[in-house]
Amino acid sequence: MRIDCQHVWSYISAYIDSEVAAELRAEIDRHLETCEICAAVLDSTRNVVVLIADDRVFELPAGFTQRLHDRLARELELAGP
Amino acid sequence: MEEPPVFRSEESKALGTESEAETIRRILAGERSLFHDLIRPCERPIYLLLVSLLKNEAEAEDAAQETSIKAYLNLRNFRGDSQFRTWVLSIARNEGLGRLRKLGARREDSLDAGADEQTGDFTPAILTSWREVPADALERKELGALLRKAVNGLPEIYRNVVLLRDIEEMDVKETAVALGISEGAVKVRLHRARALLQKSLAPQLGAFAPKRKGWFGGRT
Repeated sequence: MRIDCQHVWSYISAYIDSEVAAELRAEIDRHLETCEICAAVLDSTRNVVVLIADDRVFELPAGFTQRLHDRLARELELAGP
Repeated sequence: MEEPPVFRSEESKALGTESEAETIRRILAGERSLFHDLIRPCERPIYLLLVSLLKNEAEAEDAAQETSIKAYLNLRNFRGDSQFRTWVLSIARNEGLGRLRKLGARREDSLDAGADEQTGDFTPAILTSWREVPADALERKELGALLRKAVNGLPEIYRNVVLLRDIEEMDVKETAVALGISEGAVKVRLHRARALLQKSLAPQLGAFAPKRKGWFGGRT
């Protein structure tokens, strides 16, 4: 089986998540060895996924946790389990 | 080209299943204050999902508090056939959609209809090489702002999946249950979301990559 760039792109997300079958993964790997465009697409996509997962990117508003637990504490006082 | 997958354990941010069950048992037996510990690992995904749905930080915070209270009041109904986090996110989603309905805003369902059949432009940004942007670069505030803008700019159905799968690192099954969609839809939407993010971000992220050393120790 020979796969082209568009075929590789359609599997980028599954490839990153290790969800492609071994045979297809090997075929994609062979393609990536000689296709610098697909290698760059894969590397950049993986880099984006890693960066957005960093805790510094999406943070809770200042004081959020305190306010939530203060309100919760009041409710726990009022309600039985 | 074999590299480890980028995902960590699905349990990484939640209490372990056994300690979770034990904590719930103790809360129901009367140790009410333990609910604080139970809800704490869920705070961020609850808020992020609600702010994605409601697009208003103050409203999302109030809805997150209501979600936590409803989770406590209904804790006896939690059957333990999913993680607590999954269950509480379903409550959050219902809370968010209920508020949208009250506001007369469009329902997520109508937005969802046919969305997975849309073709859209999911062609990636074409690059000939890529220099990795290290996490250290996040010390620069502009990078975080750029990433947030890209994620917030995604269509809602894609954004919700990215928030739970890539940002909260939940697995496919848990994400599907929390969002009330199929596991196949989670995978399709995640693929499209990542393609859209790569397309919008890759051309801009080069500015945050470390410079290559030149031949004479200078930088190119």
